[in-house]
Amino acid sequence: MTYLAKPKLHHPSLSKNQAGYTRRDYEGKISTLCAGCGHDSISASIIQACWELDIQPHRVAKMSGIGCSSKTPDYFLGNSHGFNSVHGRMPSVLTGANLANRDLLYLGVSGDGDSASIGIGQFAHCMRRGVNMVYIVENNGVYGLTKGQFSATADKGSKSKRGVVNSDEPLDLIGMALLLGATYVARSFSGDKKQLVPLIKGAIEHKGSAFIDVVSPCVAFNNHAGSTKSYEYVRQHNEAVNRLDFIEGREEITADYAPGESVTVYQHDGSALRLKKLAEDYDATDRIKVMNYLQEHAARGEVITGLLYFDSQAEDMHQHINTVDTPLNQLGAKELCPGNAALEKINASLR
Amino acid sequence: MTPITATNDFVIKFANVNGSGSASANELFARSILRMGVPVSPRNIFPSNIQGLPTWYEVRVTENGYLGRRGGVDLMVAMNPQTWDNDLKEIEAGGYLFYDNSKPLPDSKFRPDITRIGMPLTEICNATYTDPRQRQLFKNIIYVGALSALLEIDPAVIEQLFSEQYKGKEALLQSNVKALHLGRDYALKNLSCPLGLRVSKSDNVGDRIFADGNSAVALGAVYGGASVCAWYPITPSSSVAEAFMSYCKKLRTDADTGKNKYAIIQGEDELASIGIAIGAGWNGARAFTATSGPGISLMTEFIGLAYFAEIPVVLVDVQRGGPSTGMPTRTQQSDVLACAYASHGDTKHPLLFPEDPAECYEMTAQAFDLAERLQTPVFVMTDLDIGMNTRLCRPFTWKDGQQYDRGKLMTYEKLEAGTDFGRYMEVDGDGIPYRTLPGTHPTRGGYFTRGTTKNRYAMYSEAGPDYVENMTRLMRKFDTAKTLLPQPVLYPSAKTASYGAIFYGSTSPAMLEALDVLAEQGVHVNALRVRGFPFPEQVNEFVAAHPGTFVIEQNRDAQLRTLLVNDSKINPAQLISILHYDGTPITARFIVDQITSHLGAHSVVPLKKAS
Repeated sequence: MTYLAKPKLHHPSLSKNQAGYTRRDYEGKISTLCAGCGHDSISASIIQACWELDIQPHRVAKMSGIGCSSKTPDYFLGNSHGFNSVHGRMPSVLTGANLANRDLLYLGVSGDGDSASIGIGQFAHCMRRGVNMVYIVENNGVYGLTKGQFSATADKGSKSKRGVVNSDEPLDLIGMALLLGATYVARSFSGDKKQLVPLIKGAIEHKGSAFIDVVSPCVAFNNHAGSTKSYEYVRQHNEAVNRLDFIEGREEITADYAPGESVTVYQHDGSALRLKKLAEDYDATDRIKVMNYLQEHAARGEVITGLLYFDSQAEDMHQHINTVDTPLNQLGAKELCPGNAALEKINASLR
Repeated sequence: MTPITATNDFVIKFANVNGSGSASANELFARSILRMGVPVSPRNIFPSNIQGLPTWYEVRVTENGYLGRRGGVDLMVAMNPQTWDNDLKEIEAGGYLFYDNSKPLPDSKFRPDITRIGMPLTEICNATYTDPRQRQLFKNIIYVGALSALLEIDPAVIEQLFSEQYKGKEALLQSNVKALHLGRDYALKNLSCPLGLRVSKSDNVGDRIFADGNSAVALGAVYGGASVCAWYPITPSSSVAEAFMSYCKKLRTDADTGKNKYAIIQGEDELASIGIAIGAGWNGARAFTATSGPGISLMTEFIGLAYFAEIPVVLVDVQRGGPSTGMPTRTQQSDVLACAYASHGDTKHPLLFPEDPAECYEMTAQAFDLAERLQTPVFVMTDLDIGMNTRLCRPFTWKDGQQYDRGKLMTYEKLEAGTDFGRYMEVDGDGIPYRTLPGTHPTRGGYFTRGTTKNRYAMYSEAGPDYVENMTRLMRKFDTAKTLLPQPVLYPSAKTASYGAIFYGSTSPAMLEALDVLAEQGVHVNALRVRGFPFPEQVNEFVAAHPGTFVIEQNRDAQLRTLLVNDSKINPAQLISILHYDGTPITARFIVDQITSHLGAHSVVPLKKAS
C-alpha cells in the first residue's frame, strides 16, 4: 500500500529468463490492499512462479470475481488480459474463455467469500468439468472489502473482530474439490513462499482442474481473535481519524519449516494455526486415502498444507468434449459456415 | 343447422393425452396436406408435463396462406375423455365431431348442431393388435387413415411420407401403412365420406419449407459462426440448444480428425450459461445462450457486465407466459422490457424481433455480426408460438463467400505500429471502441476488463468526467445500432389509410390476415412491422403520419409501446394499444374485433360496406 508509482524504467542489469523477460515484466500495478495483506504475498508468488517458468505474460488470462482477492490480478502480470467479472462467477467466465482459446493459461483468482458462498455452485461445476486452469482461493475466513463479516470458510467457534462467535460449520473447499474431480489439489499459506511458489508452478504445469487453497490472513479484519476489547481500544484512540479507514499495518506473517514437521504459526489476530508439512509416507495420488487423511487431521485442528492430491492421468474439458486443436476463436467462416449446398439439403428435408 | 362446407379452408383440432404418441401422427396429418400443395399452420397446445395431461394439436388448413391462428374449430378429433365437454364447446355451429364410439355415450354428451362421426377405434385396435403399446400408437395412425377418407386426403401422399420417415425400416413402414389403410377402409365403408370439409390438390406451397423456429435459430447460429453454446434446459427454449447440437454434429465435425469445431456446455444454471457465453465472447469466439423469461431474470446481472465491459454475446429468448414461472407452455411477448433494459444502472440492449422461422434463422446469424460489431449483448426475441411450432416459411438462404463481421479488433500489426489503444476510447465517432483479444501482443494491448467504472484506457476510475464520457459514448453506440439493425417492413394499405398499426414478432401472420379482413370491411390501415430495437427514425415518421397508431402486442402491459414512448419519444396519446395475453397465439379475429370496436367507439373512420 503505497502512493509512490513504480518506476517504469528497468535496470539494464536485471537478468532475463529464457522467454526474454525480467522479473519486473511480471509485475502489475501497485497493490491497493492493506500493508501486510497475505494476498500481496500470493501475488508475489504468482509473479515468481511465472517468471521461473518462463511464461510469456500475454499468454495468461487472469480471471477473478469480486472482493479483495479478486482485485489482485491487477497487481501482477500487467501485460496479461484480466477479467474482473461478477461476484462468485469467475469459474463460468473462465470456462467460457477457455472454450474459446485452449492455448492460453487460465489463472483464476478468487476468495473465500467469492468462491465458498455465492460462487460455491460455479466452483463445484468447473471442477466437475475438468477445466484446464489454476484456481487459487485466497482464503482468510472473512469479508475484508465489506469490513469483517464471517465468510463460509470461517471455523466454527472462531470469533470475529467484533466478538461474534461463528456458529456455522465451515465450508471445506479442499474436500469439495477432491470430491468433485479436481485433479491437482493443494493447500498452502501465503506466508510460506517457499512452499507456495512450487505449488503454483506445479498447478500451471498441470493439465486439468488445479485448485490451490491458500490461507491468507487478513490484517485488517481478522487480526484480533476474541479481542473485542482490543478492537474497542484501538477505536477509542483513533476517533479523530475516519474510523472506517483505520488500517493497522503489520509485517507479513512468515513461516519456514522442514518436511515432516508440525508447526504452530500465529495469525495476525493471534489465533493459532497448526501447519503441518506432509509426512514422508503420504500418498498424494490416492484420492480416497487423501480424503480420509485430511478429515482425520482436520478433526485434530491441524491445517494440512502441501500438494494434497495429484492425478497424473488427468483429462481436461476439451478432451471430454472433443474440440479441435485449433482454438475456436481462430476459426472463421471457412471453417464454421457449412455453405449454401448444405443449406439446400436442409431445405429439401423440410418440405 | 347446415353442416359447414369448405375446401382447403378450415380448422381441425386434435384433443389428445400427452405421452400417447399422438404428436407424430398429428404432424403426419399436417404434412400430408402440405404435400398436396395446400398451406397449413399447425400449433401444439401442450401442458408442462410428460405423460397423462391433455394436449391439443390445431391445424389450420389455409389455401390462401393465412398462417396465424384462426380461432374456432370446424372439426374436432376428440380423443381425450378428460376434456370432452370443453372440446365440444369449441366446435363452430355446423361443425364436425370425430370420436371413438367403442363405448356408447348418452345423447346429453353431444350437441345437436354438429355432425357426429363415431368410429370404434379402441375396438378396432384391440381386435387387430395384442401389444398394449401398439394398440395405443396405431390408434393414432388409424384415425389419420379415417380422416384421409373423410377429408379426401390422397393416401399415396401419406404412404410417401411414411416411406421417407421409415427409410430402411421395412417392418415399421409396413405396419404403419397397414394401420393407415385399416382406418381408411373402415371409414370408406362405414362413414359417409367425404365431409363438407375437404382437401383438394393445390399449388400454393411453392418452395416454402416447414420448420420450427428453435431449429431455425440453431441453424442460424451454425451459419452465423457460433462456436460456443452454453445453456440450461428451460421450456420453450431447450430445443434451440438441442438442435444446435444435432446440426453441429452433422455440419461441424472436422472431416479429417473427427473433432468438433464447436463447444456446447449444459451449464449448471442460467447464471453459469451466460457467464460461459460472456467468457467465450470476451475471448473472441462467437458465443450464445438460449433461454426463456425466468432465465433472463437470472442472467440480468451478467448482462449488465457485458453491456458495461462491452462484450459481444447473443441471447435467444424464446418467450413464454410470465411473470415468475407463469405459463411455461404458453406464448407471450412479455420479456420485451426485461430484455431491452436488462440489469441495474442505465442499460439498453439491441433486440431483434423475428416473425417466423425464416427470420429466426436470418436474425440469429446476423445477431453474431451485430454483437461483434457493437460489442454488446444482442437479443433474439422469439417466442413459443414461433419457436415450438412448425411453420411454413421461405427457405433458408446463405450467400457463399460471405464473411463474418468481426467488428473492431485491434491487431498485432496495429499495436506494433504504435497505435494509441484505449479499450474504451472513441475513435471513429460511432461510439464503438477497439478491442484486443487476450494473447494478441506481448507487451501492448493488454487491459483489465471490469464491471467497475473506468477511463478510456480501461483504468479503474470513479472520476465523474471519465464516467460521463463513457456513458455518453455508450449512448452513441446505441444510436449506431439503429443503422445496423434490420429495418422495419411497411405494409401500405391499398387505399388511403387513416390509421397506422405497429406490430412485431409472432403477431405477423395474424396481423397480415387482419389487414386483409379490415380492408374488405372498408377499414384501411397502414401497418409497420418493427424488426429491431432501438427503433430507427422511420418509426417516428410512421406514427407522425397517422392521427392514431395501433400497437398490437401479446402482453398485458404494452411493453413495445412503452419502448416507443420511452426511447423514441413518441407522444403516448398517439398510440392505441391492442393487447392479447391469455397465452394463446393472437388471432386475426381478435385484432379485427379490437380495431373495429375502437373505430366504432370513436367514430373516427366511417365504416364502409365492403363492395
